[in-house]
Amino acid sequence: MTATTRMRWVIKPIVWTGCLVPAGILVVRALRDDLTANPIELLENWTGYTTLTLLMITLAVTPVRRLTGWNGVIKLRRLIGLFAFFYACIHFSIYLGIDLFFAWDLIAEDIAERPYITAGFTALLLLIPLAATSTKGSIRRLGKRWQKLHRLVYVAAGVGVLHFYWKVKADTSEPLLFAGILVVLLLLRANVVRQSARRIRDRLRLVPAE
Amino acid sequence: MLIRKPDDIPSSEITPESMYVNRRNFISTVAAGAAAALVPGTAAACQAGGPGREQEEPNSYDDITTYNNFYEFGLNKDDPSKHAGSLVTHPWTVKIDGHVAKPATYALEDLLKPHTLEDRVYRLRCVEAWSMVIPWRGFELGKLIERVQPTSRAKYVAFETLYRPAQMPGQRSPVLDWPYDEGLRLDEAMHPLALLVTGLYGKDLPNQNGAPLRLVVPWKYGFKSIKSIVRISFVEDQPPTAWNKANAREYGFYSNVNPDVNHPRWSQRTERRLGELRRRRTQMFNGYGDQVAHLYDGMDLRKYY
Repeated sequence: MTATTRMRWVIKPIVWTGCLVPAGILVVRALRDDLTANPIELLENWTGYTTLTLLMITLAVTPVRRLTGWNGVIKLRRLIGLFAFFYACIHFSIYLGIDLFFAWDLIAEDIAERPYITAGFTALLLLIPLAATSTKGSIRRLGKRWQKLHRLVYVAAGVGVLHFYWKVKADTSEPLLFAGILVVLLLLRANVVRQSARRIRDRLRLVPAE
Repeated sequence: MLIRKPDDIPSSEITPESMYVNRRNFISTVAAGAAAALVPGTAAACQAGGPGREQEEPNSYDDITTYNNFYEFGLNKDDPSKHAGSLVTHPWTVKIDGHVAKPATYALEDLLKPHTLEDRVYRLRCVEAWSMVIPWRGFELGKLIERVQPTSRAKYVAFETLYRPAQMPGQRSPVLDWPYDEGLRLDEAMHPLALLVTGLYGKDLPNQNGAPLRLVVPWKYGFKSIKSIVRISFVEDQPPTAWNKANAREYGFYSNVNPDVNHPRWSQRTERRLGELRRRRTQMFNGYGDQVAHLYDGMDLRKYY
């Protein structure tokens, strides 16, 4: 099997399935009436958590590529990133349409005056141009500017973590965990770490050849 | 526990008219609500509800006992129902001390014996902006206070929860300053709405709801309704309270339900009544204003949040 075939028929379907699992679990729980006493809160938390998790995974793609030398992993980043955007849109739609039931005055007040919602809304806004320019055509047309634009994902992820941190009442362990993961993922991109990663990788390759 | 027959009740104990009318609505509501579980996702229009304005059905026993904030058993809403089984609630003692004529430590049965238990349906509004309607069983805190005879130096009533990390795993991490403590001004504690509660839906309180004895103060945010009480002290100065210690800017001593004073990070203008699709507008004092507003005449409730 060539790498392309394997990517198209094995790896991508697996990743697609994986990305749909969070939504699938919600559907199953809804059918089993297992959405807790506060289903709207559960749906919001679940979709938000999934968004952040998928964003972190997209940020892990480049470090994984550098550590393992597997260039193909880049092909998965757009897929996972778009799923993160998908869950972010569901998360926002639930807030907009079910939680606040299109009460635009309350929504506007929330976005303007509640820092955690300002942050969440900002993070979503930042993801929109990223999703919109995710096509091969855009990559080609924007050239070098594409790279620069897509650095916004770092900001979106950071603001997303802030949204989570500002929302929780007392249990800051999960937002702080995400913050920690984000810091590690960003550090892994620093040049000094890139060089160490390359050295480790080269050394590991040499061992079997001896 | 039987409700006393009419000829046993002295006139001084007859319920004031306003409370009696409300209670009649509440009890018929309990009868209706106890028969059927609340249908989830009822598409009620955004309600401007209040006592007596429409029937407020109690939430299901399942919802009330599986959606709890009781950090002594974990920080998630389903943790208390999962982990509170480890708590041993019998034997249980309650220490009454401070500025009272007869300080003493009571076995729970002895504390409860002189009091008639009654069923009351109250709204409970959490500071997190969700709410439920709950049929409690208990007796007025004021009756206990009368019995123990606070002296003139008693200005506040302080409460304390059990500290037993071996059975309450959440107490092993310092999320809050354990044991959980709460307090009321003496006149708030004497108010007929303030209940000492031992049961729910006519049955003993499940552990996750604060067994075997808890407070319910329905016009304040839910965290004031302290659970699993082991000590009631009568003190001169405003006592420390757990959430105020944890974050004074966000959680005040009074914590009256107030749609006009937002939590620093979220709005208190609306609430999610569990079981309903649309949010409700939050009522001043959780809809009990006609009974409690006078306690705060002249107080700036933005300052004393």
